[in-house]
Amino acid sequence: MKKLNLFALCSLLLAIGYWGCAGPSEKTKLKTITIKGSDTMVILGQRWAEEYMKRNPETIIQVTGGGSGTGIAALINGGTDICQSSRPMKEGEKKILYSRQKKEVKEIPVAIDAISIYVHKDNPVKMLNLKQVKEIFTGKITNWKTLGLLYGDLPMRHGWEDKKIVVYSRENNSGTYLYFKEHILNNEDFASEVQTLPGTAAVVNAVSKDLYSIGYGGIAYGKGIKFLKVKKDEKSPAVEPTPENVYKRIYPVSRELYFYTAGEPEGEIKNFINWVLSSEGQKICEEVGYFPLR
Amino acid sequence: MKKIIHFHLKPRIKEWIIESLIRSSAVIVIVSLILIFLFVSKETLPIFFSSGVRQEVDLNRLFLPQGEQKEKEVITSFVWQPVSVVPKYSIVPLILGTLKTTIVALIFALPLAISSAIFTSDFAPSWLRELIKPAIELLAGVPSVVLGFFALIVLATWLQNIFGWTFRLNAISAGIALGLAVLPVVYTVTEDALSAVPNSYREGSLALGANAWQTAWRVVLPAALPGVFAACVLGFGRAIGETMIVLMASGNAAITSLKFTDSVRTLSATIAAELAEVVVGSAHYHVLFFIGALLFLLTFINNIFGHWFVQRLRKRLHGEI
Repeated sequence: MKKLNLFALCSLLLAIGYWGCAGPSEKTKLKTITIKGSDTMVILGQRWAEEYMKRNPETIIQVTGGGSGTGIAALINGGTDICQSSRPMKEGEKKILYSRQKKEVKEIPVAIDAISIYVHKDNPVKMLNLKQVKEIFTGKITNWKTLGLLYGDLPMRHGWEDKKIVVYSRENNSGTYLYFKEHILNNEDFASEVQTLPGTAAVVNAVSKDLYSIGYGGIAYGKGIKFLKVKKDEKSPAVEPTPENVYKRIYPVSRELYFYTAGEPEGEIKNFINWVLSSEGQKICEEVGYFPLR
Repeated sequence: MKKIIHFHLKPRIKEWIIESLIRSSAVIVIVSLILIFLFVSKETLPIFFSSGVRQEVDLNRLFLPQGEQKEKEVITSFVWQPVSVVPKYSIVPLILGTLKTTIVALIFALPLAISSAIFTSDFAPSWLRELIKPAIELLAGVPSVVLGFFALIVLATWLQNIFGWTFRLNAISAGIALGLAVLPVVYTVTEDALSAVPNSYREGSLALGANAWQTAWRVVLPAALPGVFAACVLGFGRAIGETMIVLMASGNAAITSLKFTDSVRTLSATIAAELAEVVVGSAHYHVLFFIGALLFLLTFINNIFGHWFVQRLRKRLHGEI
């Protein structure tokens, strides 16, 4: 018993000794990067972080969501190194950041996202133009019948004529909501009847369960529902939200996704961003369901 | 000599430490409550006093219908559109939404909770009571986000399949899920009130020839009525402040209508959904705090009410023995 204890003690001492020797020789300390922001980009950010940490084991990257606004607020307060945002930062926000930290905001586009319009998979409608989408979401068109009568090209099945359109949107704190409101509704208000759900996943879930519904969100989230083809106006061709179309910028509803840093990125943060923009990093965009910049 | 001092001092120091620990924890609770109160009111006050905020929003615009130019005619309506070119902050649809879900929750939960409380206190054999009571109280331990998720994914679909509503997520589906959260609160307090009725009442009633049902309904329940009221009031307070369930299951559309099958947006869900992203110091921010203060006031009044009823129950039951 005593021997065993002695052995344990020796090995413990050895271990401490080894640790003491190994410590200083390993010069690099652990570097931590925090990333916060858009819920749309959380999965993307996490994949980037994982891959980067595999290649650089001494770096720890923490990715959290909360929404673009949350990320921007955190960047302003110095609570994060990189802010992921699915909308461009407002001038007012840049000014506040400058007044707090005396640093210019650095904007880095890192990927392209396309917003798709989805309906239930049994919905006979195949395509809509942006004007129709706008009228549905602002409440000018409230049932599938009006849609069918106004635009004769929509094949309407029996039983669909008098059904009300159940419209799903995101909460007004999301970058996707703002993008949709600015680019598709031309800053008009959503109708009061529009239901708002926390998270694109919730919208997808709701649309997949509601036969007469319509919703919008990122393509990365779209599983188990039908994506509508989108026409820019009545005469232009209907474009499917496929990677090629988004990549070629034919699909009319796409946006850039950004990284923001307070001041020029330095050190490990700069390395990380450079890696994200490299072909290796950009390949991950496609894996997650977004689109590379070039 | 040393030993004596040792014996005399030690308990005193111990006592002093314990006493001050207890006292300071009481002080911390009260101080934090006061600080929360001060913080909420500080953020609410700009609605009344700051001219910058008042340009965008004031009490009139919060509560009265506002005219809006729409294709040559002016339509007056209550609109909640805080993120807009001209932000609209009418909290009437939100109050209506809160009331609608609360009413549904109470209609669903109160009869169930009260009747099961009567059953456990007066009819169930003791082994069954030992089973039912913890089971219902366990329901209180289900996190509200789980209840909300259940309502969003399962309950709403069931109800829509049965009733064929246009809106899958509406005041009724959210209200029923909310009722599940209210039920254990009402049940526990009601059960306590019914058990507090002295057994002599039951014995007297039975001795006079009343059957078990008559005893429960005409003797025990009236005797415990103030306590049952207190339970209802507490349930109301729980329903009005609950956030996660309504955020997930109500659809969150700020519609001003009295139809229960419409989607609703409640006061608490609005705060939860919007406060995280709002620009600090903007009118929108202060309106959200105003809503918070309103909820605070409502639950505060409600709790005082509940407390008063419980006091009355105690007085009545003890006074009459």
